[in-house]
Amino acid sequence: MKSLEDLKKLRDSARQMMHLREGGDSVRIVIGMGTCGIAAGARETLAAVMQELERLHLYDVVVTQTGCAGFCDKEPLVDVILPGQPRVTYAKVDGERARRIIDEHVVNGRVIEQWVIER
Amino acid sequence: MRDLSLHVLDLVQNSLAAQATEIEITIDEDLDRNLLTLCVRDNGRGMSKEQCAAALDPFYTTRTTRKVGLGLPLIKAAAERAGGQLQIQSQLGLGTTVTATFQHDHLDRAPIGDMSLTLMSIIALNEECQFTYRHRRGKREFAISSAELRQELEGLPLDHPQITAWLREYVREQEKSLEV
Repeated sequence: MKSLEDLKKLRDSARQMMHLREGGDSVRIVIGMGTCGIAAGARETLAAVMQELERLHLYDVVVTQTGCAGFCDKEPLVDVILPGQPRVTYAKVDGERARRIIDEHVVNGRVIEQWVIER
Repeated sequence: MRDLSLHVLDLVQNSLAAQATEIEITIDEDLDRNLLTLCVRDNGRGMSKEQCAAALDPFYTTRTTRKVGLGLPLIKAAAERAGGQLQIQSQLGLGTTVTATFQHDHLDRAPIGDMSLTLMSIIALNEECQFTYRHRRGKREFAISSAELRQELEGLPLDHPQITAWLREYVREQEKSLEV
């Protein structure tokens, strides 16, 4: 069984691996968590995002949420904002798309154009 | 919404939109009285009597991005389908409490669902808000708060992937131990 005690150990190992955030030029990922997003599976999308970030040891990415953006039929929506670049919004992001977006866009800087929506 | 954990996630979004800084989530499974009560209480901006009544109308919303507001009507329908009801108590400037009751063993009562994923989502994505979660089932109880997590983490962010993975697993185990 896990306990709150585990967090102390985790804290010390985790802290060593995240210096980039302090620089203020982190990658940001924003998940749409309105009723429409949640009903479309945004929570599972977020879970996939966190798992992929953990798998790739990307501990300096800031993950936040937003409400309904008015594209309810295209949820779950995920924004990726690389430092110094405009926001890119992806549509219908399930777990599989989320993993691809992190691998291609966040890691390699290549936007996956066919999933992007104009806004 | 498939299950109650998704409704909880949705209700919390309402609280966040109302600028709440403290949100309390309670699930109480009173097996003796065959009653499941789900409650989300916040200290957000609250609603007037008129807004409170209108909030259950699917064609009422304060948002500007779309013309419908389905969150509360959906959970009201889920409660009523399972022999329960939805109650909204709110006071302008003080906050809102949404309480849904369900007949625990009703065939149409939605399952609780994955609370570990819901708690991971709201705690990780809303660093500035204090969450308290309490789940009672019969005589057993599990409680967790973002304040106690923050205390252990000493400034490490709650959206750190190793922390969210730990949190998910921790809540999953604790929720499961309520079932025994």
